[in-house]
Amino acid sequence: MFDGLPLLSLAIWVPIAAGVLVLLTGRDSSPGFSRWLALVGALAGFLVTLPLYTGFNATQSGMQFEEFSSWIPAFNINYHLGVDGISVLLILLTSFTTVLVVIAGWQVIQKKVAQYMASFLILSGVMIGVFAALDAMLFYVFWEAQLIPMFIIIGVWGGPNRVYATIKFFLYTLLGSLLMLISFIYMYHLAGSFEISDFQNLPLGMTAQILIFISFFLAFAVKLPMWPVHTWLPDAHVEAPTGGSVVLAAIMLKMGGYGFIRLAMPIAPDAAHALSGVMIFLSLMAIIYISFVALVQTDMKKLIAYSSIAHMGFVTLGLFIFNLLGFEGAVLQMISHGFVSAALFLCIGVMYDRLHSRLIADYGGIANSMPIFAAFFMLFAMANAGLPGTSAFTGEFTVILATMQANFWYAVLAATTLITGAAYTLWMYKRVVFGEVVNKAVATMEDLNGREILVLGLLAVAVLGMGLYPFPLTHVIQVSSHNLLARILQSKLH
Amino acid sequence: MIDMQNLYLLVPLAPMAGAILAGFLGRLIGRTGSHLVTILGVAISLAGSLFILNSVLHGHTFNGTVYQWMQIGSLKLQVGFLIDPLSAMMMVVVTFVSLMVHIYTIGYMADDPGYQRFFSYISLFTFSMLMLVMSNNFMQLFFGWEAVGLVSYLLIGFWYTKQSAIYANLKAFLVNRVGDFGFLLGIGLVLSTFHSLDYGQVFGQAQSMAAQTVSLIPGDPWNVMSVICILLFVGAMGKSAQFPLHVWLPDSMEGPTPISALIHAATMVTAGIFMVARMSPLFELSQTARSVVLVIGGITALFMGFLGVIQFDIKRVIAYSTLSQLGYMTVALGASAYPVAIFHLMTHAFFKALLFLAAGSVIIAMHHEQDMRKMGGLRKYMPVTYWTFVIGSLALCGIPPFAGFFSKDTIIEAVSLSTTPGAGFAYFAVLSGVFVTALYTFRMLFMTFHGKGRMDHHTQEHLHESPWVVTLPLVMLAIPSFFAGFVFIQPMLFGHFFGNSIYVAPSNNVLAVMGSHFDGIGGFIWEGVTALPFWIAIAGIATAWYLYIVNTALPAVIQKKSGWIYTILDHKYGFDEFNDWFFAGGARRLGKALWQYGDVSVIDDFFVNGTARVVSLGSRIMRLVQSGYIYHYAFAMIIGVFALISWFVHN
Repeated sequence: MFDGLPLLSLAIWVPIAAGVLVLLTGRDSSPGFSRWLALVGALAGFLVTLPLYTGFNATQSGMQFEEFSSWIPAFNINYHLGVDGISVLLILLTSFTTVLVVIAGWQVIQKKVAQYMASFLILSGVMIGVFAALDAMLFYVFWEAQLIPMFIIIGVWGGPNRVYATIKFFLYTLLGSLLMLISFIYMYHLAGSFEISDFQNLPLGMTAQILIFISFFLAFAVKLPMWPVHTWLPDAHVEAPTGGSVVLAAIMLKMGGYGFIRLAMPIAPDAAHALSGVMIFLSLMAIIYISFVALVQTDMKKLIAYSSIAHMGFVTLGLFIFNLLGFEGAVLQMISHGFVSAALFLCIGVMYDRLHSRLIADYGGIANSMPIFAAFFMLFAMANAGLPGTSAFTGEFTVILATMQANFWYAVLAATTLITGAAYTLWMYKRVVFGEVVNKAVATMEDLNGREILVLGLLAVAVLGMGLYPFPLTHVIQVSSHNLLARILQSKLH
Repeated sequence: MIDMQNLYLLVPLAPMAGAILAGFLGRLIGRTGSHLVTILGVAISLAGSLFILNSVLHGHTFNGTVYQWMQIGSLKLQVGFLIDPLSAMMMVVVTFVSLMVHIYTIGYMADDPGYQRFFSYISLFTFSMLMLVMSNNFMQLFFGWEAVGLVSYLLIGFWYTKQSAIYANLKAFLVNRVGDFGFLLGIGLVLSTFHSLDYGQVFGQAQSMAAQTVSLIPGDPWNVMSVICILLFVGAMGKSAQFPLHVWLPDSMEGPTPISALIHAATMVTAGIFMVARMSPLFELSQTARSVVLVIGGITALFMGFLGVIQFDIKRVIAYSTLSQLGYMTVALGASAYPVAIFHLMTHAFFKALLFLAAGSVIIAMHHEQDMRKMGGLRKYMPVTYWTFVIGSLALCGIPPFAGFFSKDTIIEAVSLSTTPGAGFAYFAVLSGVFVTALYTFRMLFMTFHGKGRMDHHTQEHLHESPWVVTLPLVMLAIPSFFAGFVFIQPMLFGHFFGNSIYVAPSNNVLAVMGSHFDGIGGFIWEGVTALPFWIAIAGIATAWYLYIVNTALPAVIQKKSGWIYTILDHKYGFDEFNDWFFAGGARRLGKALWQYGDVSVIDDFFVNGTARVVSLGSRIMRLVQSGYIYHYAFAMIIGVFALISWFVHN
């Protein structure tokens, strides 16, 4: 039915076009129009990504829905798009999250509504571009382009300390990716094109691989973020508006993991093996060290930000133990964290909208005034603690099982998340939600409105659906993961 | 056969449906509607379970997949059911006790604003527990395992404004997570050893893997089966509250009494016992693991019993009693007497649920007073509660012909016959435990129901028997507390009830030895009353009678004289203090240190902002060079030319 339509181009450009339209037609006097237009744009953007899943042939290896046209012939740079099972899921996650963010910002954002909505729509298209690009230069352009809307989102609608946070965010990620560009140019000279698949097939010596891997590592480790280049994330989250945090946590962090999967590991497989010890060490540091740091946070957003870093540790851990179970577990963990972290940041947003505080100490006993909210928050808190039946379990469970196949003690260290994850999440939940009402402000907090129930309800369905029946997801990523892993396991040295 | 499979599905899904209806539509269908749908769901589930048990006894077992949960490579993870005598029996026990508790709750929670929520939770619990016992694979077992933990958390903290309750539920969840940590690692090791999480495949290969080793510390190979079994048992220690992970169970009494009966006595806490029995093909291959099980069980059985003797809160006495009884079951597992453990699990489910619900009935009558020092003489006012409580107490103390006598006596005998290292200690522990059990049980009975009333005048005036929704479950539970022992002992322990669902290696088969000289119920009782444990129990009861009926001033004197022993018991051996200081406090201190020194000082201040400072310092220095005076630049050029020439000349 959708044969012949450039679905990936639509997935990228529909939200961007909608964003531009919102920007052009937006008037401060009529924010309602901008909101509705943005919602239509976000829904349209979501709808055009659906055929990517329904039309995806899960048994076929190689890229699907490919589009190819020349862009800058002088350097053999092409507008080349295509997806495998892994990128399809990440694209769907992106377009889904965009719809949520637009709805979630409906009443909360009163200042520069059109610009706010437009930023997210444009950001959505650009991020889909990152997941769909098969040309390294195109990838790089999208990769850097996404910084701009996010920079604006935090810088304009952010908190009081937003300037420090935005600059830290921008410099960290920009510096990280500059070396990646150099690697691309180096490989272009060897391969004669910027095709990622050509890079993957490029025979590279060990020294070149190590250098290339390190350059990628800096870009992706910052993005993910991995310990110890993670400190920009808590600052960025604290200052970002709710929508910004949601997109940052749910999607932008995933690009780090995606970069390892698509670029770093297949291009430099021997380096990935040689450095796997370091990568596993850093992953376990994230899982253990960061969990203890999360435990003592007094700011809820910081707590969830640290928790995100710890959960991302499972992504790199799963990838760098080099077995299929771990590889797919890492992908599942990325998808799941998209739902769970989005939901938790939205929950904090709901409370912040009412009380204008993110500090745990300002809350207590909100179950009394907001029972429906408390129920949703409980579900997502439990998901964050990796409870079976929620999406987070599928990722963490598989990665821990996979790690056990590689090394008993790694698994022991990784499994501490069962205790620490529950400790920091549920301790926060206890202090915020349970107990007597601590002050008058909490007593007057109103329970969720219909719009908030809709947003959290959609995420609840996603979290439970993926937890109870992850088969449709593993089915889609099966062949792609198998192929990618086979490539990674094959040495480029002779 | 298609019909049977639908029935298997119906058993867990009926309470699930009840939970969803009461949970989401609670306000719409009202209080009556909520308890009707949930009771209906559990009743359907009980009827289905009974039907299934009957068909299982006629040889119709089942092992199959419901749906494919996930597939990664060749690893298929499924949701599926294993219906055999062990699971069918557990299903009946769970749904029966659950139904009784549902009915009881109508009375107990009558005035509570969270009425619908409570019914929703206990039905959700029933669903989770059924998924746990019906599972045919480790993944689903873990799902049920954590799901019952979740509901336990929700129910301990049911009164969420009460500080002690929300402290207790967090503690319970975290301590259980420590157990689950080991459990998950055990499952992981099962997968990496057997390449499957399906019971059938794992158990089928178990014998061939018996000698396989895993090198945890380089150069020091461990038997893989021992490691697996000990890790799995760590999970059981959490869920079944075995020393030293027992600390959460007494605090869980902060929850409403019906769930203390259902979750924290009869069903959930026995999940660990059930799990080890289910894993008998693995545990039979590791004597090391069974020794650990024996010793841990023995410690729990005896030392937790001591704590019951000094408690004044009626629910806490029963809670410590539960710990101690779980220790008995664990000892039975360690002695390879798995059927006995399950048998005691069943009889205990009946009489302990009965004791809890009867205590709840007392608590209602006392206007939510739980301190036994303010009770006494309730016998006159609450005859049904009293007599059912007596039946429960006699069963707990192991007085023939009540149910507990048969299960407890066989545990003691089984462990005396066991040759597994640690059996000697465990035998001593369970034998001494009999005296302690009788002492605390009858101390509780006498303090509550006998003697003079110590309550205030107002309470005394309003004392009356509880309504029928409360007393009916008591009577319904009293019946099996009386007869379950002598009716079921023969088929369950010495017959072929469990069939292939439990495996015992011939060299460990203590039950077969006992079965060879088992000569009917009458003979068993006769042997019982002429043996040591019975007289120890009688001595315990007599001691309780002397201390709490005859010479009531004496306990206070003993307490004063016993000095440090009393202090240790009063602090529950200091576990709570230690855990609070070392684990909870230690984690917070470590977190603060890592955050302040690691993240803030080293990474952010030194590296990140330090880099920024270096860059800005560098630019300030560079700015000095750009003075704008031609002669400065000319001078620099001359210096440069001079340096270059020197370099060329030098080479």
